Amino acid sequence: MLWVLRAFSSSVGKKFLMAATGLGFCSFLAAHLAGNLTVYWGFDAFNSYAEHLHALDPLVKFAELGLLTMALIHIATGLTLFYQNWTSRPVRCQVKRAAGGRTLFSATMPYTGLLILAFVALHLITFKFAKGAEETVSQLASSVFANPLYVGIYTVGMLVVGSHVAHGLWSAFQTLGLSHPKYTPAVEKLSLLFGLVVALGFGSLPFFIVLMS
Amino acid sequence: MATINLTLKVWRQKGQKDKGRLETLPAPGISTDMSFLEMLDVVNERLTLEGKEPVAFDHDCREGICGMCGAMVNGLAHGPERGTTLCQLHMRHFRDGDTLMIEPWRARAFKVVKDLVVDRSAFDKIIAAGGYVSASTGGAQDANAIPVPMETAEEAMDAAQCIGCGACVASCPNASAMLFMSAKVSHLALMPQGRPEAARRVLAMLRAADACGFGNCSNERECEAKCPKEIKITHIARMNREYMKAVFGSARE
Ligand code: FES
Repeated sequence: MLWVLRAFSSSVGKKFLMAATGLGFCSFLAAHLAGNLTVYWGFDAFNSYAEHLHALDPLVKFAELGLLTMALIHIATGLTLFYQNWTSRPVRCQVKRAAGGRTLFSATMPYTGLLILAFVALHLITFKFAKGAEETVSQLASSVFANPLYVGIYTVGMLVVGSHVAHGLWSAFQTLGLSHPKYTPAVEKLSLLFGLVVALGFGSLPFFIVLMS
Repeated sequence: MATINLTLKVWRQKGQKDKGRLETLPAPGISTDMSFLEMLDVVNERLTLEGKEPVAFDHDCREGICGMCGAMVNGLAHGPERGTTLCQLHMRHFRDGDTLMIEPWRARAFKVVKDLVVDRSAFDKIIAAGGYVSASTGGAQDANAIPVPMETAEEAMDAAQCIGCGACVASCPNASAMLFMSAKVSHLALMPQGRPEAARRVLAMLRAADACGFGNCSNERECEAKCPKEIKITHIARMNREYMKAVFGSARE
């Protein structure tokens, strides 16, 4: 089994890890967003979605374990890449300009990644670990977003996530070698669209919840 | 003949041990018909006449095919034009009074030898690790004995255009050599003659590149934007596929 470890510790191997776990997170985001959007059908729909989800407790636990594993891989590999890439150019040019390849999204991946890590920690503290037994998820959300600071943090947080996946999605396809003259242009556009949907979809929720409560 | 007056800020470094510094050199009366290297020649001639050390830079063919030349001009590899080597960059692209910052390629794997000259032997190590086909050719075959679709031949030819100048590494925010390596892996992977050694090749070349201290690709596409031969990152995707095939589909480790 040593060959597996060796394969994934090379520079391309590490990219595979980032891409595979990244795609996993993208599907998680899509599912999470679909669930959260039930709030637009009213608090009852939202609460019932949450209850139904928690009725599937063993499955949820299993998914959480998967997400945790993916997070550990994504973060550890990402930090390694960040460090290695930083040290791969010990003396820098006095003047360096972008040639038109990189975008704001691609250039900020390590930083948006770290911000997302901080955001996820806060999100788990405010939502997952703070929920009282008798409290419904809409009550919890209303009380959290009664504080404008949280509305601000969540809105910025979602812009950051949107920016990360706007580069991350097509980048994962490229890394996994899924590049094709017929499909790649669409994948690149889809990636931007996904970033936008994530940013707007999640980002609009706090405002809607404040309005409703 | 139009002429322009320029100010150069050139990286001067005596050797590997020297710390190096930027030197300001005037370059008056430069013909806009000159190439960038000819402009440096003019500056160097004056420096030599003044008894000073000329600026060291690499060059050979001066027609954009050997890959020897290259420097960062105002923060861009081979200067501001697309698909152009430094020797093919003409001074008409600059304006009178411009100040040009001229620096060597920067990467841990490319050490500065002197001034603008960098040691690119890391590229040789990557090629030596597997960037070739080792089958003996024997007598000349019939031209159509091994059919290759036109599109595939074109794609392989695009990759084979790489001149190994190192602009991809210099442009990459991570100093990664992926575009260079992928050009060779992709070129040979597309050709039937390259298939028998495909798995061995990609594994060995990647290992060699990693050992040289290049960074990791993060799909920033800066290499593609500055490659003088306009080699596309689709070749990197093909190399990634080849790597996956080699790791999971071959008996090699
Ligand atoms: S000198 Fe040969 S490519 Fe520029």
